[in-house]
Amino acid sequence: MTPHDYEYLRKFLKDSSGLDLSADKHYLIESRLLPIARKAGLSGISELVQKLKAGSTAIANQVIEAMTTNETFFFRDKVPFDHFRDAIMPEMLQARAARRSVRIWCAAGSTGQEPYSLAMCLKEMSAALAGWRVEILATDLSLEVIEKSKAGLYSQFEVQRGLPIQMLVKYFKQTGELWQINPEIRAMVQHRQINLLHDFSQLGVFDVIFCRNVLIYFDQDTKIDIFRRLAKSTDSDGFLALGAAETVVGLTDVFKPYAERRGLYRPGGFNPASTKTAAGVNAPKVAAMAGM
Amino acid sequence: MKTCLVVDDSSVTRKIARRILEEMNFQIVEAEDGEQALEACQRELPEAILLDWNMPVMDGLEFLGHLRRMPGGDRPKVVFCTTENGIDHIGRALRAGANEYIMKPFDKDIVADKFQEIGLYQPAEPV
Repeated sequence: MTPHDYEYLRKFLKDSSGLDLSADKHYLIESRLLPIARKAGLSGISELVQKLKAGSTAIANQVIEAMTTNETFFFRDKVPFDHFRDAIMPEMLQARAARRSVRIWCAAGSTGQEPYSLAMCLKEMSAALAGWRVEILATDLSLEVIEKSKAGLYSQFEVQRGLPIQMLVKYFKQTGELWQINPEIRAMVQHRQINLLHDFSQLGVFDVIFCRNVLIYFDQDTKIDIFRRLAKSTDSDGFLALGAAETVVGLTDVFKPYAERRGLYRPGGFNPASTKTAAGVNAPKVAAMAGM
Repeated sequence: MKTCLVVDDSSVTRKIARRILEEMNFQIVEAEDGEQALEACQRELPEAILLDWNMPVMDGLEFLGHLRRMPGGDRPKVVFCTTENGIDHIGRALRAGANEYIMKPFDKDIVADKFQEIGLYQPAEPV
């Protein structure tokens, strides 16, 4: 790969997916793109770059997918799912008691481990959620990844990362060498292809957004832009969960850290004492509106 | 330092498991079959047991039954580590009192995740 090829790939990935590769990621590019070149019968990265320059969309899509697909596993980092179970959902059960619905968005849903982990969490608390409408939307840049997520099929290696054995027994079915998550859990998750670089306001407003381990690949201006648009898509008393290596601090005040809950953020204008979180105060208001 | 008893009839597997678990700060005791493992437990109960299923003399499931009936035998956390990867085997292991279950082949990440599940390992905070 010539320095020129590398610069071309960097710019191509930046423009098409927002991926911001530093100048020393030659190994990463070669390890992920050489298999694509070989599969397409090309001699190497240079020839792959020629195909990109010639405008091959098939190659372009494969390159974007290969470079933006990241490792993920069930209940990754544990802590965000503890936050979800112990802080987010208890508060939502109160704050949304009147409308009995919660909208959750996994903005980097990848191959499904994160949205399905949330779905399993919710299933475990189904008694408290009886009669509620719970929506989990999983989006990703890559169609290939979305297809894998929809299928809910995982290798033996994948189901052993982060997933307690009792959960495997309870929520998965063995099919040959693979494990498939139960249809009931699969049905809790909707899928859509979304590029975070582009407008996503059409998805509506969410109570909870998980946007983990994707912003680290973007440059600072892109991060700030995405945070601003995520804030518009978050209800005023909603939650944002970021990856362990990510933060809004020093970038923007549209979200602020949630005290004592690492990796969890709330909209900048959120005031814990506001009436909206207190179900008792909120309920009469809604009742009055309904009576109008 | 916590102790982990590694029970497997393959010396290669014991060696790999030892290397992974020592890196996770466990002191290792080895046994080649269920009977040797039981003797080790009678001498001193470990905090954790990494347990193969199919072994000569006494298999893992039989050992687990004996262990759980021993005085204090409910305390060690038992993680099966076996090529038996059928849901029926996993179910039998859990009913017999296993805490976690690893399907071979395994690597460092899987062992670390499973030991985190049973509360005996805390990975370093991500930076």
